[in-house]
Amino acid sequence: MEISQSEFLHLYYYLRLTRALEERVTTLYRQGRIVGGAYTSHGMEAISVGYASALQADDIIAPFHRDMGAFLVRGITPGEVLAQYLGKRTGPTKGKDGNVHMGDLKRGIFAFVSHLADNLPVATGAALAFKIRGESRIVATNTGEGGTSRGDFHEALNFASVRRLPVVFFCNNNQYAYSTPLHHQMAIKDVVERAKAYAIPGEIVDGNDVVSVYLTAQRAFQRAREGEGPTFIECKTMRMHGHSEHDSAKYVPRELLEEWKKKDPILNAERQLKKLGYADEPDFHEIHMRVEKEIESAVEFAEQSPLPEGPEALEGVFAANPVEVLI
Amino acid sequence: MTTSAIAHEVTYLEAISQALDEEMSQDERVFLMGQDIGPYGGAFRVTEGFQDKYGEWRVLDTPLSESGIVGAAIGAAMMGMRPVVEMQFADFISCAFDQITEMAAKNHYRWGAEVPLVIRAPYGGGTHGGPFHSVCPEAWFFHTPGLKLVAPSTAYDAKGLLKAAIRDHNPVLYFEHKFLYRRIKEVLPTEDFVVPIGEAEIKREGGDISVITYGAMVHVALDAAEALDQEGIDMEVVDLRTLSPLDTDTIKDSVRKTGKVIILHEDTKTGGIGGEIAAILAEECFNALDAPVMRIAAPDIPVPYSPPLEDFFLPKMNDVITAARQLAAY
Repeated sequence: MEISQSEFLHLYYYLRLTRALEERVTTLYRQGRIVGGAYTSHGMEAISVGYASALQADDIIAPFHRDMGAFLVRGITPGEVLAQYLGKRTGPTKGKDGNVHMGDLKRGIFAFVSHLADNLPVATGAALAFKIRGESRIVATNTGEGGTSRGDFHEALNFASVRRLPVVFFCNNNQYAYSTPLHHQMAIKDVVERAKAYAIPGEIVDGNDVVSVYLTAQRAFQRAREGEGPTFIECKTMRMHGHSEHDSAKYVPRELLEEWKKKDPILNAERQLKKLGYADEPDFHEIHMRVEKEIESAVEFAEQSPLPEGPEALEGVFAANPVEVLI
Repeated sequence: MTTSAIAHEVTYLEAISQALDEEMSQDERVFLMGQDIGPYGGAFRVTEGFQDKYGEWRVLDTPLSESGIVGAAIGAAMMGMRPVVEMQFADFISCAFDQITEMAAKNHYRWGAEVPLVIRAPYGGGTHGGPFHSVCPEAWFFHTPGLKLVAPSTAYDAKGLLKAAIRDHNPVLYFEHKFLYRRIKEVLPTEDFVVPIGEAEIKREGGDISVITYGAMVHVALDAAEALDQEGIDMEVVDLRTLSPLDTDTIKDSVRKTGKVIILHEDTKTGGIGGEIAAILAEECFNALDAPVMRIAAPDIPVPYSPPLEDFFLPKMNDVITAARQLAAY
């Protein structure tokens, strides 16, 4: 399968936007301007950018905390992200939740909870709704390799497969769940092995190659849309920062990071873009400048946004509920 | 208003079935998920014949997978469906605790996503179910903001509350008492009705002592009230019907009238809903109280199996009568 110039440049733009935004998040965290934790997808941007870009507008994503690229592709703005980090009223949760815990049904994003893999059964439920209603929409969901040890992961895969639901499961295998290396997480070498038990076709892709992720996702989404059921896609990558920005990740061997640095998804994309003749250094520079400008105005928006008032904490526990009495 | 030619008595279980049937037939968003609810009709046969009528996808048999089922119901609810999940026994709801308390209960608060989800939980003892088929798990969820909890005691309330729960925009845990399934029945209105969530009901008016209770214990309280009537003790029975949000106005009005109160529940005592009601009364009705608030609840043990043990465990009419006599003496 081939990728067009415009598709690839779209992917490249979002890789740069994600990187620039999260670098700013790291800076703001180090400056003490972010009140809570900060979780980035540094070095793993190709996965979320790749799969989210292969979706259609009315599809749903049920992401996790290494999926900033997916949030951006689905239309969450850098300004909203930073407002969320700063606890501002203009963030997607109006200050109720922090960091990457964002969702918006209008933009087809299910917010995740910190209990990883919880979003996977929820993703299957959206897919079930589409199947019941005979719609051709699909759901993409993602979790880390650590999350695949939880029961909800297995319950979701099993149910999705039994009912051939239009959902595609991604796994960002970044080798570490906080400080726990893969070999203490599971006795198998490839997470994709887990999918076999549920009769779900599985694939391994280079998670640092945005085109591979994108094209593999496209094929899986097509299968799901045609009623062929779920696919499991393991994206091999490396977490280049700590679990969160407070974590120096000293437990990760430096050589491993050096090795993966060479496989950086942005450098990777640039090499390919040049080779295909789609873009060159001046284009990269132009996109870089554009992205930097966007981040500057996002910071400005977030900083100028108001904090919520204390009593707003009481709002929204329940949905306003005029009980519909059907006549 | 229509009047049926022959008044037909409907059991508590049939009332639940009717509510599901009526809501499914008038709202195609409503669908059922659960274990063995399809061709088998459910462990208690609440959904017998439903799959023939509504098809496999609206009466969906699921794997043995409570967390996965509730999670999926949450996802479907956010996509505009109205899922009703059947826990085969309320005891198994613990497997879905995380999805209920972290996902369903917090989604609207965090990011404004409505989760119109109903979880039916057949609960309670008296049927020799033992430690894993008898529990009253409502207090686990009573402490969780964002959930509504209902526990009907009559066929009328069972039907009306289930219909209200299905039409609600929020996650509702519907505690249906297994002991009542086939033991009580009444004639129900033929027209559509709901019992609003959040409204308690005085099941028996009285002036001397308020018994605040719910579920199967409502009938224990009513039996005790009848017995005490002959002694000249006039008990009022307040059926909470909704456990969360509590109808504190009805509770307080009753206690202000009688000045004496027994809080009765089948759930174990420590950390039960009764403790919260006692605290509300201490905070807000202290001057109206003529005697200490009394709690009658199961002892702090798992629900035992053997009939003498289970009988010992469950609060009984005589416990209420004894407490009422003590209060009457104040």
